[in-house]
Amino acid sequence: MADIQLPDALLVKNYVEGDENALTVLINRHQSKIFGFIYSKISDRDISNDIFQDTFIKVIKTLKSKSYNEEGKFLPWVMRIAHNLIIDHYRKNKKMPMFRETEEFSIFSIMSDDSLTIENKIIREQVEIDLKKLIEELPADQKEVLIMRMYQDMSFKEISEITGVSINTALGRMRYALMNIRKVIDKHQIILTN
Amino acid sequence: MAKIYSKKALAIPTMKPKKETISFLLNYSKALSIIKGKTMSFEVMAN
Repeated sequence: MADIQLPDALLVKNYVEGDENALTVLINRHQSKIFGFIYSKISDRDISNDIFQDTFIKVIKTLKSKSYNEEGKFLPWVMRIAHNLIIDHYRKNKKMPMFRETEEFSIFSIMSDDSLTIENKIIREQVEIDLKKLIEELPADQKEVLIMRMYQDMSFKEISEITGVSINTALGRMRYALMNIRKVIDKHQIILTN
Repeated sequence: MAKIYSKKALAIPTMKPKKETISFLLNYSKALSIIKGKTMSFEVMAN
């Protein structure tokens, strides 16, 4: 059988006149290019299938309503419809492209975990232990104010009420507590870091 | 002898829509008829 390839324009004309097979030929002829184009922008097979379907629904409606007037430019016309539907898709989804895990692409390359690593957790725990030891060395009145302020999150007003001293005295004790801790750290060259 | 520097293009699998999608479109096309009036058009779907 002779492999006669009818031009797109003729197939479109035949389809508009009622030849349903012409549409089958047009879809078979251009499906790879159109689907490949959609997939290159969407990277999701299911959504690409949906957009491909919507594209051809528009094509069918336009041709059946005899509104098509771009003879000879069938493929670029269909591509333009697909392109517009792709833009609509991203608009609807608030321009957030969806990522799917593939062999070449790992979702973890764009995600980060802000929590501490095991190593950093251990360092942090060690720092807290060292700091507590330093606090234990402080004079009782300074230690009391510092613990209330830093560990119990109390205001200086509350501290002054509980300890029975003025706010200024509480502030002063806190200041001396910090100064003394810094002194010990400098003296013994303690490194507290994370 | 001249060397051939160009590499054979890596095979890219052809991307095609699902068979069901194509089948749906062809059936949709067969079922749809559009009747155009003076100011508006009507879509008729045959069962």
